[in-house]
Order: sequence, then C-alpha cells, then structure tokens
Amino acid sequence: MTQPNNDTSAPKGEPWVWFTSLGLIVGLTMVAGLLALVLYNGFSVFWAPPVPIVKLSDGTVLMGQMAQRRVRPDSPASQPKYERQYQVGLRELNGASYVWADEAKIVQEDFPAQTMGLERMENGPAFVTPIAFVNSKGQRVLFKKESFGDLTREVEYATEIREELNTIQRQKIGAVNAKMESTRIDLRRAEDRGEPTAEIKTEIAALESEFNQLREQAEKVKEKDALAKIEARDARGRDVVLPMATIVRAWLPNDMSAWDRVSLFFSRLREFLFDEPREANTEGGLMPAIFGTLVMTVFMSLMVTPFGVIAAIYLREYAKDGVVLRMVRICVNNLAGVPSIVFGVFGLGFFVYVLGGSIDQLFFSDQLKYNNNTPVFGTGGLLWCSLTLALMTLPVVIVATEEALSAVPRGIREASLAAGASKWQTIRDILLPASAPGILTGVILAMARGAGEVAPLMLVGVVKLAPTLPVDMVEPFLHFDRKFMHLGFHIYDLGFQSPDSDAARPMVFATTLLLIILVVCLNLGAITIRNRLRARYKGASF
Amino acid sequence: MSTTMNPSASRIKVQPATESEGRKDYIRIQDFGFWYGAKKALDAITLDVPERRVVAFIGPSGCGKSTLLRNLNRMNDLVDGIRHEGDIQISGRSIYDPGIEVISLRRRVGMVFQKSNPFPKSIYDNVVYALRIMGVTDRAVLDEACETSLRKAALWDEVKDRLNDSALGLSGGQMQRLCIARAIANRPEILLMDEPCSALDPIATGKIEELIHELKAQFTIVIVTHSMQQAARVSDNTAFFYLGKLIEYDTTEKIFMNPSQAQTEAYISGRFG
Ligand SMILES: Nc1ncnc2c1ncn2[C@@H]1O[C@H](COP(=O)(O)OP(=O)(O)OP(=O)(O)O)[C@@H](O)[C@H]1O
Ligand SMILES: [Mg+2]
Repeated sequence: MTQPNNDTSAPKGEPWVWFTSLGLIVGLTMVAGLLALVLYNGFSVFWAPPVPIVKLSDGTVLMGQMAQRRVRPDSPASQPKYERQYQVGLRELNGASYVWADEAKIVQEDFPAQTMGLERMENGPAFVTPIAFVNSKGQRVLFKKESFGDLTREVEYATEIREELNTIQRQKIGAVNAKMESTRIDLRRAEDRGEPTAEIKTEIAALESEFNQLREQAEKVKEKDALAKIEARDARGRDVVLPMATIVRAWLPNDMSAWDRVSLFFSRLREFLFDEPREANTEGGLMPAIFGTLVMTVFMSLMVTPFGVIAAIYLREYAKDGVVLRMVRICVNNLAGVPSIVFGVFGLGFFVYVLGGSIDQLFFSDQLKYNNNTPVFGTGGLLWCSLTLALMTLPVVIVATEEALSAVPRGIREASLAAGASKWQTIRDILLPASAPGILTGVILAMARGAGEVAPLMLVGVVKLAPTLPVDMVEPFLHFDRKFMHLGFHIYDLGFQSPDSDAARPMVFATTLLLIILVVCLNLGAITIRNRLRARYKGASF
Repeated sequence: MSTTMNPSASRIKVQPATESEGRKDYIRIQDFGFWYGAKKALDAITLDVPERRVVAFIGPSGCGKSTLLRNLNRMNDLVDGIRHEGDIQISGRSIYDPGIEVISLRRRVGMVFQKSNPFPKSIYDNVVYALRIMGVTDRAVLDEACETSLRKAALWDEVKDRLNDSALGLSGGQMQRLCIARAIANRPEILLMDEPCSALDPIATGKIEELIHELKAQFTIVIVTHSMQQAARVSDNTAFFYLGKLIEYDTTEKIFMNPSQAQTEAYISGRFG
C-alpha cells in the first residue's frame, strides 16, 4: 500500500475497509459463538440419548446418561486422556446423581433394550432395568416390551391424579387458608375492640371443617393410586421400588424410534415452558418465571413510557434553554450509566421501605396490627420491581423521545402553528405521532434492558420460588404486592445457589436460551409496531 | 419597542395603489424594523396592502421578503432573540396588541411556506387540520371543507380517490398544492404565500396562478416570488425590497412599465439580483 499509485481513480483507504470489517467479524463471531453454545446446551436438555451400562476395570458398574466428556486435568496436553460424567440418577441410593468415570478404565459398554429412564418428582431421574409393575387396581404385570404402553398409561394416570391433588391442595385449600387468615385478623380486631366475636368464631369453625373436608378428599384421591408402583433393578443389581405417584415420565432410551425421541423432546419442552418447577428448580418447568418476567417487563414499560415521554416533552418543548436545562440533561444522561444495583438499593430504601411502608400505615394498618406486623406493600413485590426498573430505564426513554422530537422537521411544526394550533395541540396532534417510531425505539431499548436485569430485582421483590403468580383469577386479579419469579434471577439461582450444581447446569443453559428468546420476542414485537408506524408516517418522496 | 431610528432621507414613502372602489387598506405596515439578534433584517418598512388585492414581494435572495411575510402572522415569534420596532396593523388593529391572541391572529392569516410541509397524516387529515383544531367535529362540515379547498387548490381530481392515504406519498408539486388547500380550508381573511410555485412545473404553476386569481375575490393575498413574470401576471401591487429596505412599492403595471427607482429597473430587467 506504500507504493505510489498513479491511478488516481483507485479507491483510497482500502485497508480501512478491511480493518473495520475485521471489527465487525470479531463481534459477530463472538455473538454467533454465544448463541451456538447456548442453543446446543439449552436444547440438549430435552433430548434423550441412549443410556449405556458401563463396566469399569475396578469392578464398578453404572447405568446412566452421559452428561459431558472432558480432558483429565492431570493428563499431559500432548496425549490427552479423557473422563466422562454420567448422570446415574437414583440419588436416594447412589448419593449423587452424577458420577465421573475415567475413560481408560471403561472395559465394557452395553446398551440393553430394556433399560428404562424415569423422570421423578424428587431425587432426580432413575435409570433402571424394570422387572414388573403394579397397576392402580393392584394387578402385578411382568415387564415386557409389549407392556410398556400399559406402563405409560399408568404413568399418565398418576399424572392426572397429581393434577387433581394439586387443584385441591394448592387452589382450594389455598383459598380456604387465605380466607381463614383474613377472618382470624377480623377476630383479633373484634377481640381488641371488645366487639362480639361469636359470628366470626362460627365462621372460622366453618372454614376449619371445610379445610378438613378438603384434606380428606385429597387423601381419597391419593388412595386411588396408592398401590401402583414399578419394581426394578439398578445397575448394581439392587432392587428398587418406585411408587407410580412419584413418576413423571418413562421412556426406553435404547429402544425407541427417532419419532419417539422427537416427541419426548417436545413433551419435555412443553413441560419446561408451561409447568412449574420441581426439585429446587433443577427440573420441571419455568412457567412462573416466564410469566413473572413478562408481567414485570410489561408493567415497567407501561410506567416508564408516560413518565419518560412527558419529561422529554417538557425538556424539549417547554423548558428554556440555559444552565439548569443543561444540568438536567447531564444528570439524565448520567443516570443511564449508574450501575443497576444502585437502583436496587434505592428501590429498597425508598420504594419498599418509605413508600411501601407508608402505604401499609395508611391503608393496611389493620393488617399490620393484627397479623404479626406482616407487611403488604412494605416488602418487595411486583410493583416495586417494575418501578425500580422503570426508574432505571427512564433516561433511555427520555433521550430517545427528545431525539425523536427534535428530528421532527421544523416546517411541520411551523405549519401547525400557522394553522392556529396552540403549542399543546401541536405537540399532541403533530409532534407526538410523528415521533412515535423514535419513542418506541427508546421503549424497545428500555424493555430489552429491563427484561434482562437481575441485580436490582433481587433487592426489591424477586424470589427463587413463588407459590403464586402475580396475576391470577383471585380478586383483585393483579397482585402488585406479590413477590414473583424472574428468568434472570432463576439463572443466577440455578447456577450459583443450587444444592446440586451438576443437575442445575443443563437448566442454566435452557433458561438462558429462554431468556434470550423472550427478549428477542419482546423486541421483535416492538420493532414490528414501530415499522408499522414508520410506514404510516414516511412517504415515498420528499 | 420604541422607534429609535430617525426616518432617514433614504426612506421611500410609497403611496399604496389604492383604487377608487372604496377598498380600505387592510394590512398597514408602519416604520417596521426587525432584528434577528444583532442582525437587522428589515429597516423601516412602510407599506399598505388593500383588501382583496394581490401584493407581490420581489427582491434578491436574502433581502427580507420572507422575514416580512412571516411577521404578518407572527411566525417569527418562534425564533429566539428577535426584536422589532414600528407596527403592523390588520383591519385597524395592531397585531402586537396584547389583547390579540397569536392563535386567533394565525387563524385569520393563513400561510403557505416556501418549502412544502405536509403533516405526516392522511390527505384528508391534512386539509381539515385547522378546522379540527378549532373544534369542528361535524363530519359533513369537514368533508365539505376538504372538497372545496382541494378543488380550489386544483388537487381534488388527483386525490379524490385516496383521501385517506398518507400525504407524504404525494409528489412535491401535489404536496405544495395540498399545503395551499390546507391553508385556505378554514377560510382565513389573508393568505400569505412564500414562493408557492418554486417547486412546481409550469402546468401546476399555471393552476396555482389561476387559483390566486380566484381567491382574490375572497382573500387578501401577499405572495413572495422570484419570478418577474409571475409577479406581473398575478399581482395588483408589487413591492421591491433590497437589503432589508423597501425600495419601491406601486401598482404592478407601474413597477414593471415605468419604475421610478433605478435599482428597481435594474432588478426587473435582470441586470442584478
Ligand atoms: N432565523 C433566522 N435567524 C437569523 N437570521 C435570519 C433568520 N432567517 C433569516 N435570517 C436572515 O435574514 C435575512 C433575510 O432573510 P429572508 O429569509 O427574509 O430572505 P428572503 O428575502 O426570503 O430570501 P429568499 O428569496 O432566498 O427566500 C437574511 O440575511 C437571512 O440570513
Ligand atoms: Mg424566503
């Protein structure tokens, strides 16, 4: 490139094209690598590979699903030696769900057709050789390949019963408990004020009997499946008895068609998306976390948009240019750079304790007084999370709106004023519609940032396991005071707080994948709306 | 603003070409001076525009035609650091009278800008914007106003089937005519046009000139133009500006046939400007 070039028409600055494109390529490769890693690890959670019986040279036998393979840390780099990790399950027998095996010590690996994988309500999965099963009527059936269909039906029946139990225990008994609690508060208040309590006491008695009835009903439902179980043998030849009620899913990992594997994949994926978590969140679904993230993000957007837009209108259209305005602009821009945990601390200190505490004092003083000082709004919850994140993303919306407003051509503004419109009419009818795409861009950015934020949420109301959803069919339907689950926090909790980190690992990736997909979906939705608006306000010629 | 300037000898006192039909002077500009910050853009302009007449402002670029025009509906209030002296009266009342609201002034004085500036709304919404702003919601009234204004602006036939399409999909010339339709929809008394034909082809220009002839029956029109032919064709009176000063103001015939100032003659015969 240093040679003198006589051809003056040759483009100059060629090396910069390469240099700048190099930057792009590095960036894109890293993003693609991240996505590939998350996609691969995330989706492999749902895939059921064949399950071997592995015999080692020291005589141990294990049966399980291979989880990972890695270079042994003590082996030289020139001649790497590998070790494998197997998920053997049956934690109650094996102590741990995951076992490392030196690859050099493996002497035999078989894939017997009758090996069965079982997903269970607790203690992780089980990989066993089935012998027989007892159905709900108490008949014992020796296990053969042909009877697997019957076994699957028994598992499905057990699932139905679990769901029935769930409605009784969680919903009906839950509702009775809630009513009982408020009635007890009434009782304490009445006693305190010396009012007659007889009526309230009968009410409590009625509730108690209702509670006992429901308990009995639940016992009866449980009875229906008490006999059903699976008898099996594990890798070391120990007999195991697995009650049918604890089994979620059964499959024959070494004897299934590709179609069976695919449908098992989707069945697990469905559970992951629509069911509730089990086993300290390491198994089951993520529905509450997905729902919590969505609801929180939507509320955050609903709060940040009006505030941000109104503030930006004032700054851009009404405020007089001067030192104060410039200071405010600088502050707003700096707010965008404040670490999010700071907002969390502010949210806890101001929203939760000051605002929430005063709301409790004002509107829920009875509850505080007669319910052991249990706060309602004076503790973390959906409202405070949304508000904290709204505050955090406010600068993004303000800056975007200001830019959008200033990008509206001056001619249009003047045309409106010349037509006799007041300033406010011009803002409402001309400026805001014309800058809507720009405002939405800001909201999109705010949503993307808010949906992925974790640190401040831990302080103001996100929990690892919430018994109820923030939106449900119980009045007042929207429970702003409730704590909720969140995908970002879920990832943190699984990855760093889980008692069984090996079991949590795949779920971390699956949840990460889900969070990425959720953010992408939210963004795509907003971008579609924005493009619609743009198409409406942009013409062919100008 | 007090008049600090002494009416100098260079100031030309022009008698407006009022005819004997009993037309009264409608817009009276008296000793009007105007500053953008420290820059003086207009200097002691005195000029009367009679009712239902067309007055053309001509002069080289940057001489202050738009500035004066934009003062007639106080559009220049939007600019920071402006200052004026002297007075402008419309039907006998100063537009700077504290009792007059800028909004009601602008409703009486419509404006077509140098650059077409349709709103990013439908054609229909553009035309009826001023009416809607005034609180008219009756659909029949709006429809009627939309059609008559578009017809007057010679645009109706081209857009009658797509009134609900975006105005930004129109051609440059159509946009300009749309802006004219928008400016006359609420029937202002005065129409200010700042080079309305600068973006138009000869046919559209012809249509606009016809329109000006028609509108003259109802409106008082002030038009800024760079085309001598256009000024000669459409206007009754012509004012020639140079470097912020009014050099000559007389009937169009007089200005073009027999100008009294040498500068005017030089300009209209194309020797400078
Ligand atoms: N907003 C403004 N701020 C400062 N100076 C301005 C502003 N608008 C116009 N001027 C100045 O005032 C003078 C008169 O401008 P004006 O726009 O009235 O000219 P004009 O006669 O309309 O010219 P043209 O024929 O090119 O449109 C010019 O020197 C211009 O630079
Ligand atoms: Mg101009």
